[in-house]
Amino acid sequence: MTKYVLIPLLPLISFIINILFGRRFIKHRAHWVAVPAVAGSFILSLIVFMEVLNGKTQDINLYEWVVSGDFNVSIGFLIDQLSALMMLVVTSISTLIFIYSIGYMHGDGGYYRFFAYLSLFVFSMLMLVMSNNFLLLYFGWEAVGLCSYFLIGFWFHKKSAADAGKKAFIVNRFGDFGFGLGVILTYLTFGTLQYTEVFEKAPLILGQTINFLGSDVGLITIICLLLFCGAVGKSAQIPLHVWLPDAMEGPTPVSALIHAATMVTAGVFMVARCNPLFNLSETAMQTVAVVGGVTAFFAATIALVQNDIKRVIAYSTVSQLGYMFLALGVGAYTAGIFHLYTHAYFKALLFLGSGSVIHALHNEQNMQKMGGLKKYMPITYWTFIMATLSITGIPGFAGFFSKDEILWRTFLGGNLGKFLWILGTGAALLTAFYSWRLIYLTFHGRYRGDEKIHPHESPPVMTVPLIILAIGAVVAGWVGIPPLFAEHGDKIGEFLSPVLGHPEGHGTHAQEIMVMTLSVIVALLGWIIAYNMYIRKPDLALTLGTRFSGLYKLLYNKYWVDELYSITIVRPTLRLAEKVVLGFFDGVIIEGIVNGLPALIDVFSQKFRKIQAGLLSGYALIMTIGAIFIVGLWIFMR
Amino acid sequence: MTIPQLFFAYFAISTVIMSILMITRKNPVHAVLWMLVLFVHIAALYLFLNAEFLAAIQMIIYAGAVLVLFLFVIMLLNLRKEEGERKYNTFWPVCAGISVIMVVFMLVILRKIEVIPPLGEYSIEKIHTEGSMMSVGKVLYTKYLLPFEIASFILLVAIIGAVILAKRRVE
Amino acid sequence: MVPLSWYVILSSVIFSIGLFGFLARRSLIMMFMSIELMLNSVNISLVAFSHYLQSMTGQILVFFVITVAAAEAAIGLAILIALYRNKPTVKVDEVNILKG
Repeated sequence: MTKYVLIPLLPLISFIINILFGRRFIKHRAHWVAVPAVAGSFILSLIVFMEVLNGKTQDINLYEWVVSGDFNVSIGFLIDQLSALMMLVVTSISTLIFIYSIGYMHGDGGYYRFFAYLSLFVFSMLMLVMSNNFLLLYFGWEAVGLCSYFLIGFWFHKKSAADAGKKAFIVNRFGDFGFGLGVILTYLTFGTLQYTEVFEKAPLILGQTINFLGSDVGLITIICLLLFCGAVGKSAQIPLHVWLPDAMEGPTPVSALIHAATMVTAGVFMVARCNPLFNLSETAMQTVAVVGGVTAFFAATIALVQNDIKRVIAYSTVSQLGYMFLALGVGAYTAGIFHLYTHAYFKALLFLGSGSVIHALHNEQNMQKMGGLKKYMPITYWTFIMATLSITGIPGFAGFFSKDEILWRTFLGGNLGKFLWILGTGAALLTAFYSWRLIYLTFHGRYRGDEKIHPHESPPVMTVPLIILAIGAVVAGWVGIPPLFAEHGDKIGEFLSPVLGHPEGHGTHAQEIMVMTLSVIVALLGWIIAYNMYIRKPDLALTLGTRFSGLYKLLYNKYWVDELYSITIVRPTLRLAEKVVLGFFDGVIIEGIVNGLPALIDVFSQKFRKIQAGLLSGYALIMTIGAIFIVGLWIFMR
Repeated sequence: MTIPQLFFAYFAISTVIMSILMITRKNPVHAVLWMLVLFVHIAALYLFLNAEFLAAIQMIIYAGAVLVLFLFVIMLLNLRKEEGERKYNTFWPVCAGISVIMVVFMLVILRKIEVIPPLGEYSIEKIHTEGSMMSVGKVLYTKYLLPFEIASFILLVAIIGAVILAKRRVE
Repeated sequence: MVPLSWYVILSSVIFSIGLFGFLARRSLIMMFMSIELMLNSVNISLVAFSHYLQSMTGQILVFFVITVAAAEAAIGLAILIALYRNKPTVKVDEVNILKG
């Protein structure tokens, strides 16, 4: 049992050591503490994964956390197939990114702080996926949000970074509010927060309704929708996606770890974990699927025209998360988790590769100022190609298997499914286009950047993780080969089925081949269009941009969602805070009391001090009057 | 009105008149002189009450020491007659009223005295036999020995204090 | 026989006269003299009671009162002298630096 505790404990210890002693003693050697810790967690996760593979699952309560009347919550771990897989993904990607950060963050003043916060993040994420009750999940949820704030605003001297950290935290708060309500409602309904107990009792309350704003809605639906609110915030789905592109202000390893592979997938994990609840509510599942599909498409449209290399990858992440939710929404939980797992590898690879480019160009992030880097950074280039082949869904690579599974399952999901399938396929086309556009603008053509910068390949401490991730991006998908090709090829589906069940829906082989072919065609189509626009006729991009300038401006400005939020929510709130809270409550009431009370005392004391006239006879007179008064009282009251 | 009562009446009335005179003098030396005569009359009252020792003490200490001390200070500070100044406070009617009320209260309280403690052993005859001084001494040095010692302490403190307070600062 | 009450009445009257002098006079010397007057009135009362209750206690108390009165007069006048050195006045309403 110790190994279960050690898995999150090692990163926590690394955090404590780094944060307490980092500034004075450890300084630039922080990685000696952090990397062994997280590597240790990885090895232990591997051992646990092997055990789970053999069928050994655990549900253990370690420590009685809250005991208050009827309300009992413990710190406990649920080690089953889902959490074992998540632990493996989190720790393996974390280890590689930690090693990469040794090179990327070399020489930074806050080196120890970086590893401290990263370790804290790994601890929080592990607690999130290993927990066996909703409260511990909520703890991990909030903790990863907190670490995200720390790490996005890591270079806090830059105003844009500090603002981005704030924005991430506040937007997440919107989602977390719904999530908190969901957890509370869960407790009120079921009387417990343990997963196993809640999922057992769930079918019993199937028909119950709750009065919400005047009308009766299904209780399970409300719970699921509230929980999903949290997922929308944490996993940056529409309408709470606005924080993720801004989060690119953080260092690139942070973007790779948190905003690609782990934290943003917490929402997906949570919905998958609660699949017994979601399965009981048709409305909730449809909502999840629609939100996922729409996000997948719209985020991809925005990514088409962005010039910052990290922004493109950020919107790509939002889009891919949309795919995962789409899968969950149509009931294909294994497909969603499968995509989460493959996406972790190729998205982290994309981010780390872009980090390598940015590092080589001395923090230049605008793709219009890049170009021709193919010959300077070959390893980065070829690993980038691997990742792009994977994300666009070229057969044989990891992304193909997972994305194809999602699109197939969506297609089978009735009329809504067909509509969402069209959105998904469209998004695949756009994904292919912008991914190849990124490669062509960055690595091909002429170098359009600053003359003084001489780009060079990154040091091995950065390129070796890239290579390892590239291998992952290729082979990771081979555990999910559809039964179409191999009899028991869908190993991951089999593995996860005790927790996530089997997806419904059956189609014919012909349909399946059609869907698959179509997705390959759109992938290639996107590639060809990108090739034409950026290699053969480079000014085609400019011409199209000026001809459809309205559409271009719409996409470039991200549909002006940020501006909309600013006008409707942000600015009124700030004005309210300033005028009402600061102006009235603080300025008038509190200041009135704080200043008024002394002023009152002052007025009274000014009157009272006249008594002390300094006149001896006066004092004697008053004393005598007092004595006579007392005597008189005694005489007349007897 | 018997003879003792007549004598008492004289002494009482003159005491009152002299005390009034004493406190209404502008010239402090006049007030001290009236105080002297007052003390002599009070000593006479003590004689009436068979307290010869106390009468002697009164004369010696009050008339002989305290008054002389007052005169010394008045002469030392050269306190002249307060020329043309008011001798009373601004609020002296209040003080007069307070005094009247005080007298009235005390008389009322006098009316309410009901319990007379049992008589002691030192009757007039006994005092005449033993002599006033012997009687005082017998009680003073046995029953009231501690207060006696403390009184001597007080006098010591007064001596030292007076010297220190009034000493001219050595420049 | 002179009744006890006459002595007590006399004592009260002299006491209140002394009280008036203490409260109303502006000169510190006169205030001290009024204090002596008040003490004497109490002495009269004590001796009267001692005589009529045939106990020596009253006279002993008078003994002590006289002692303490003398000591207090000495110190009070010493203070007066010290005060006079600082500010050459004995008017009580001119020594009011400690007013609020």
